[in-house]
Amino acid sequence: MTFILRRLLHGAWVLLAVSALVFAALYVVGNPVELLVDPQADPADTARTIAALGLDQPLWRQYLTFLGNAARGDLGTSFIHGVPALSLILERLPATLELAASALFLALLLGIPLGLWAGLRPTSLAGRLIGAASTLGFALPAFWVGLMLILVFAVQLQWLPPGGRGETREVLGLSLSVFTLDGWRHLLLPALNLALYKAALVVRLVRAGSREALAQDYVRFARAKGLTESRVVTGHVLPNTLIPVVTVLGMELGALIAFAVVTETVFGWPGMGKLLMDAINALDRPVVVAYLLFAAALFVVLNLLVELLYGWLDPRVREGRQ
Amino acid sequence: MSESRPDSTPTPTPTPTSVSTSAGGGIAVRTLARLAGCRSSTFLARFAANPAGKLALLLLALTLLTAFAGPFLAPQNPYDPAALDILDARLPPGSAAAAGGTYLLGSDEQGRDLLSAMVYGLRLSLLVAGAGTGLACLLGAALGLTAGYFGGRWERLVLALADLQLSFPALLIALALLALSGPGLPKVALALAASQWAYFARSARVAALVESGKDYIAAARLQGLSHARLLWRHLLPNCLPPLLVILPLQLAAAISLEATLSFLGLGAPATEPSLGRLIANGFAYLLSGQYWISLYPGLLLTLAVTAITLAADRLAAVLDPRRQEG
Repeated sequence: MTFILRRLLHGAWVLLAVSALVFAALYVVGNPVELLVDPQADPADTARTIAALGLDQPLWRQYLTFLGNAARGDLGTSFIHGVPALSLILERLPATLELAASALFLALLLGIPLGLWAGLRPTSLAGRLIGAASTLGFALPAFWVGLMLILVFAVQLQWLPPGGRGETREVLGLSLSVFTLDGWRHLLLPALNLALYKAALVVRLVRAGSREALAQDYVRFARAKGLTESRVVTGHVLPNTLIPVVTVLGMELGALIAFAVVTETVFGWPGMGKLLMDAINALDRPVVVAYLLFAAALFVVLNLLVELLYGWLDPRVREGRQ
Repeated sequence: MSESRPDSTPTPTPTPTSVSTSAGGGIAVRTLARLAGCRSSTFLARFAANPAGKLALLLLALTLLTAFAGPFLAPQNPYDPAALDILDARLPPGSAAAAGGTYLLGSDEQGRDLLSAMVYGLRLSLLVAGAGTGLACLLGAALGLTAGYFGGRWERLVLALADLQLSFPALLIALALLALSGPGLPKVALALAASQWAYFARSARVAALVESGKDYIAAARLQGLSHARLLWRHLLPNCLPPLLVILPLQLAAAISLEATLSFLGLGAPATEPSLGRLIANGFAYLLSGQYWISLYPGLLLTLAVTAITLAADRLAAVLDPRRQEG
């Protein structure tokens, strides 16, 4: 219980620090009037906005106001769309989460069998190839792989569309792609693109884990008991390789959301990452600020959930915390 | 072999005389060899002891040669608008140029010879990533060493800041800084430093904690040396190996990150493209099948990142005595 409390306090400190940094970047480094007031507004409007935003107040007071507004979910209004920035982000959130979840699923689907294969037969040709491919998976720049996927599958072979989201269906109030065939066709390439780096990571972890497990006494005993090789692998090797996979993937969830910015830009996937890039290019500052604060809050929550999950999965971690 | 050295004062390793590499490479190799506690030739032999090491050395040489000798051999100066012919825009690989010569890898949308643009772009990418990572290493080492050495409130502050950096992906930190400050390569280098320093600070602090407990530091303290001298002459040299293992790994990550930021339009300007920007320029023409503008710069980028990653792996193995057997 004290552990959860400690993590909550830590999360609060991270959020406070991020809000202070974003505030400093907006109000101290740059001219806040330039950043927060639509440059196309007339002078009278500008003066009114300055007063309304409290930019004539002392700095500490402005920060408190900024914090108070943020806490109430008021992160400013988009210059371009004229609606609250936070609602824009929340509107785009399901698309990004769907993409990230699909990528995570694909990474496990590809990574675990390949990693097991390479770990069980490290000297075979396939094992070596898988190892080399995972090294390359780390080195390949993700955005370029995305372009090459478009080139091969959309331009040359014309099997899949080059971008966009396709047909969606309302499920529990969220519009998702995974329930229509057209949605799947649009989702496959971006999800594969986003999954590539994580798949390489999973291959590495599972390969190392299964090689280590094979040398352990419990595997030797399981074999001595006369279990079939497949029982040994699924019952004894695999479960022990999965703990580091969960740990590392948990830490990488945030990176998945961050890298979705790149994938969404390449494939024109209408998630919050593409919203951020559009906002940066259109100088729509309130949306940029709202994205940063929202992403920070999202990461803090994700980190907290992952840490709680470890305790539940691995009793040793739970003991260590007391 | 190299157990903890008794002091940092000149290691007894004799400086070898015949190193057949260029001056800069020679100094780098000699420094690394000293840290590994052997001669340069032994160090290189150990580095290239297995196929991965040989491959790493070959790819690294190829990358560095392209980046630093390439601009002298490139058929065109892609940053000189007078050298470009807009009528030659987007010609496929192997086309003849209006001014004579051939576009071996084709030309881009401004009529630049793609091969020349790639060679210059690689140099730019390496310079920006190198500057960012170097700055991150300096900053991280300074903060980490002092944190481990002095401890107390300063240490807690440094750790809290490092923790803050590490709770966010590097891409997001760099994106945030560039989104709020505007695009440009110098800013990209600063953003790279801001999103990477914590890795260096953390391992410098751990190394400083370990070294601070050793007798030679106590002896130096008893001699009444100043904090600055102790940190600079005694602690820093002995904390270098872990930093040097992270440095190339972070450099590889920084090259990828710079390319990503330039691709998103936050880094290099269109007139002086880095590799990422070149790929972005080609993106617009990909759907009409003009693949080469994006394809080739990406291959060169992959080559550079792979070379540095493989070299980093080998370096870690050679510098770490516990992994010496392989």
